[in-house]
Amino acid sequence: MPKDKLLAVDLKELWRYRDLFTLFVKRNITTQYKQTILGPAWFVVQPILTVFMYMVVFGGIAGIGTDGIPQPLFYLAGTCFWHYFSDCLDKTSNTFVSNAGLFGKVYFPRLVTPLSNVTSNLLRFGIQMGLFIVVYLIYAIQGDCPASPNWYLLLFPFLVMMIAGLALGFGLLITSMTTKYRDLSILFSFLVSLWMYATPIVYPLSMVKGKVAAGMDLYTIMRLNPVTPVLETFKYGALGAGEFIGWGWLLYSLAFLCALLFLGVLVFNKTQKSFMDTV
Amino acid sequence: MATAIEFNHVSKQYRLGLVSTRTLSNDLKRWWVTSIMGKEDPFLKIGSTNDRSKKADSEYVWALKDIDFKVERGDVVGIIGKNGAGKSTLLKLLSKVTGPTTGSIKARGRIGSLLEVGTGFHPEMTGRENIYLNGAILGMTKTEISRKLDEIIDFSGCERYIDTPVKRYSSGMTVRLGFAVAAFLEPEILVVDEVLAVGDAEFQKKAIGKMKDVSSGEGRTVLFVSHNMASIRQLCRSGILLENGLVTYTGTATDTVAHYLSGFGDTMCYHADITMEHREFANTTREIELLTVSMTNDGDDYATNQPLDFYVRMYKHKNNIESATLEIMFNNSSCDRLGSYISGPIDLKDVQGEFTVHVRIVDHHLAKGTYSVCFQIGQKDIHSGLKDYDIVHNVLFFSVAYSDQIKKDTIVLWRKNWGSTVFQGDCEVISDRRNRNLV
Repeated sequence: MPKDKLLAVDLKELWRYRDLFTLFVKRNITTQYKQTILGPAWFVVQPILTVFMYMVVFGGIAGIGTDGIPQPLFYLAGTCFWHYFSDCLDKTSNTFVSNAGLFGKVYFPRLVTPLSNVTSNLLRFGIQMGLFIVVYLIYAIQGDCPASPNWYLLLFPFLVMMIAGLALGFGLLITSMTTKYRDLSILFSFLVSLWMYATPIVYPLSMVKGKVAAGMDLYTIMRLNPVTPVLETFKYGALGAGEFIGWGWLLYSLAFLCALLFLGVLVFNKTQKSFMDTV
Repeated sequence: MATAIEFNHVSKQYRLGLVSTRTLSNDLKRWWVTSIMGKEDPFLKIGSTNDRSKKADSEYVWALKDIDFKVERGDVVGIIGKNGAGKSTLLKLLSKVTGPTTGSIKARGRIGSLLEVGTGFHPEMTGRENIYLNGAILGMTKTEISRKLDEIIDFSGCERYIDTPVKRYSSGMTVRLGFAVAAFLEPEILVVDEVLAVGDAEFQKKAIGKMKDVSSGEGRTVLFVSHNMASIRQLCRSGILLENGLVTYTGTATDTVAHYLSGFGDTMCYHADITMEHREFANTTREIELLTVSMTNDGDDYATNQPLDFYVRMYKHKNNIESATLEIMFNNSSCDRLGSYISGPIDLKDVQGEFTVHVRIVDHHLAKGTYSVCFQIGQKDIHSGLKDYDIVHNVLFFSVAYSDQIKKDTIVLWRKNWGSTVFQGDCEVISDRRNRNLV
């Protein structure tokens, strides 16, 4: 039985089920595009269409700037990261509800499921990053590209892990709460769709500087969003867009992530013991 | 010997009524009382024992209450109890699918169950891939599965299709493949729930065979749930009797079965309103639904020469049903089927909605003892095919004694058809109005 200690993650048990983890990852990847016409090409079609929409609506109609970076590159950098985040969050926050049949029959460490989902989503993210690189190269070959990478790009693997961790942490909290109170899932899916606009994806963070809304400094509030520092660091490192957000804010994101993951796992473990009775 | 399973004052509480949502207000109340005021949880106090026949006075119910027992390694334990006694909940807690409300459970070693065959199969993946996936879900490592892969494929008999997606398999092949994986799991603790495996005789036989192998072999622990007292006695060494969520007896398998059967029909039951609890097969069509069953009784045992009168109130949901056959089955106190009365086709052309059937069994040939009665309504006509509308199990209990007159003159008992399992009687549809005065 899971022990009743405060942080009740049986890491040893989780390690014993590592084969299940790899098999789940394999299953997620191989079954994702079976019986579809375009297959993995969908991973590329989706961001291209999204970026096109952003160029029309935000770049064209609204006339929002992009820190001097070509619009496709700027939007693509943001959407790829955000899609990975929201996909992971969506999968993780449905862990209990979509796996109720399986969880109700056999016991295995439930944490294996969200962990494998976050990992298998990396494939899609990788393909979209590939698209980003291709577009980047096209601009670079054409010459006269204002975007250029710098040393902060070395943080990339670390930034991806942070995004995955944040999505996992929020997702674990949400899935634990929504098994009990279903109406919360409506609220959460609504909030996540709004969240994107509170993250500098369709506009540069520099634009917010000095803006005040409802008596609050928007620039500070934006940076309090734990996804913002991660995304901004990537955009600065890869494109040289705007300016580096600062180590302090990145550290804040990391601290937020640790606290969130701790709390998420705690609540998740507490829920897994009784969720079959409430689902 | 070492302990394999240990239940420490385990209780499990369920809430009646609304199952899917616990309310925010109750949770806030609980949180306020336990965390802020530091008092005992108010919702753990209420809740009655799990007697399902009575309407509960509280909306919380104990499916299991204060279960405390140990199982030695290598023991074969039979778990006995009526429907709803808490057997399945006990197994669920043991397999960690759900956690106990209070108390703790310790189980040493891997737990395998022969119920959840093919859990987690993905239709898009091949048989081979699914063997790995299913094995890993059940707790095997990749190397372990690879080592047994050939045996598993061989056992399943699906070699030809092993690299075909499982969605192309027939349902029988899927089950065989799933069972093959489970059979090679080699768990330290094996859980067999015969009650849930009902319906597929071949599978049941295989499961029991596997269970015998496991228990006779390398000192593995087996938990066996069954309604069949004979197989409990035959296969198990010790037994646990569950009644209304409480352990009421533990001992050797033979003693436990004897104890259970001695309690059989302690309370006679001559009238029952049918609920889902009585239905072992929930998947019957219920185009005709059994509502209440009753038998006339003056509060005494039946005499051997006394006719048995049954009133079965039913509801016809489909108007185009022209006739149906009623079967009344009799079990003895060991839950063995003695025989049954089968009516001819009952004409239901003029019947709409609720109706009652009266069956009088004139010469029942039952010896002294306690009996339980099961009812089944269905289509047994060769032309319209076989079909079960509704089946209920062990709903009425009655006992037969030798009446004084026969006691004096035992020679009367010697007559034709004595002990025969053919029950003969008359059957008629009576109007509902008349019936209300009768029952």
